[in-house]
Amino acid sequence: MLFIVRQIGAVTTAHLFGMGRGFLFLLSAFAWVFRPPAKLRLIVKHIKEIGVDSLSVVVLSGAFTGMVLGLQGYYSLRKFNAESWLGSAVALALLRELGPVLSAFMVTGRTGSAMAAELGTMRVTEQIDALYSMAINPVKYLVSPRIIAGLIAMPLLTSIFNVVGIYGAFLIGVELLGVSSGSYFAGMEGSVVFQDVYSGLLKSVSFGLIITWVCCYKGFNAPPMATGVSQATTESVVLSFVLILVWDYFLTSIML
Amino acid sequence: MIRVIDLYKNFAGHQVLKGVNLDIETGKITTIIGGSGSGKTVLLKHLNALLLPDRGSVLVDGKDITKLGESALNDMRQKFGVLFQGAALLDSMTIFDNVAFPLREKTTLGEGEIRQRVEERLAQVGLSGMGYKYPAEVSGGMKKRAGLARALVIEPQIILFDEPTTGLDPLLGKSIHDLIRKMHATFGFTGVVVSHDIPAVFRISDRVAMLANGVIAEVGPTEQFVASANPMVRQFLQGDAEGPLAVL
Repeated sequence: MLFIVRQIGAVTTAHLFGMGRGFLFLLSAFAWVFRPPAKLRLIVKHIKEIGVDSLSVVVLSGAFTGMVLGLQGYYSLRKFNAESWLGSAVALALLRELGPVLSAFMVTGRTGSAMAAELGTMRVTEQIDALYSMAINPVKYLVSPRIIAGLIAMPLLTSIFNVVGIYGAFLIGVELLGVSSGSYFAGMEGSVVFQDVYSGLLKSVSFGLIITWVCCYKGFNAPPMATGVSQATTESVVLSFVLILVWDYFLTSIML
Repeated sequence: MIRVIDLYKNFAGHQVLKGVNLDIETGKITTIIGGSGSGKTVLLKHLNALLLPDRGSVLVDGKDITKLGESALNDMRQKFGVLFQGAALLDSMTIFDNVAFPLREKTTLGEGEIRQRVEERLAQVGLSGMGYKYPAEVSGGMKKRAGLARALVIEPQIILFDEPTTGLDPLLGKSIHDLIRKMHATFGFTGVVVSHDIPAVFRISDRVAMLANGVIAEVGPTEQFVASANPMVRQFLQGDAEGPLAVL
């Protein structure tokens, strides 16, 4: 019995230490942002990696999410003779919830995993040690620019996802199933308020932070062995997904 | 002068260093030899505080680097160049940019002067005209040369070499040793080499130290070391399975 209690205690303590190290890592990354010289060139490079390189997958997933919403929404609303609310239902679902969450998932899979793998490889092949030995702080050089880039790129990608999704639903609902174009957009205009837009964008900023923080932390601290990189990559993706969903619940409950 | 005093390091219950004492003389090349897993690289990484000891000190020019703050440690690290085992070139940059990297990050030199210095170093290590290639596009020997050029570019007082010939064939290994000797004659740095490329590494060594069972078992000028009657040294140099050194 004592053995079991001791094991539970050891695992809990290890997790708490891990969380503490993770938060210190994040604080350190933010602290380095404000210490000169600024790494603007690196921030722009990572905005390109997170934003431009994820664009195709975000557009594709946004389009099909919107199309599915158009189909499902139409068949559900038709039961109540409320097809004219399709635009409103699609816009609210995308802006408040699906846009931020699904685009965050896409960015995690496309860029977050690559980020963890790249930093993990740098750890395993001593490139991070090489930076330390050249008196260059690797957190400032490798992590801080990625986190800032994530904060900037994520709401932009989410906005694109939302717009493409709304037009995807328009294509199905209006062009294919015959909902009136006027009522589609009028319903949207009548029911979507500014809070719906900014609450979604606020979520996407926080998801950008979660993705870059978790993926950089896991990659940066990859175990220095053959399986270290794959382990770090898998853990970073799974943990990012879980944290995005948990944080989404808390944000939604606050902002409703 | 680097002085290692009573250094202890433990990894997850495994005591790797058990009170290492070693003096590394200025301007000379000191080679640290020892069996696989004996802690040579761990000791090397303590010399520029890439690892911190559980106990003990590392004095560089009289300052204990294990107790320095971040800013002072960064100043101290600029005295060091390191050639890592796999060269540790940054994958995302060309060889030219890798060599230019410390100059761009840590000096206020203009791009013209940086270009001139980098091309000079690349020529010295036999990589003229190869600067446009990425690390993934060149051989292991070329990577080591590029790593040496990067270590030399800031003209450090001390260079640490971690297994500089591991993974290379004997001819390439000899060429790397020749290059280290040549660069040492040119720049006059203090060199610390970790290697088990025996006896080839003795050609470039002024002094040799042997790490065994977590302590320095023997240290001295190369000729004296090679002639040592210490049973551990004899067993290691002759490659005998029987003797005081445990062979796993």
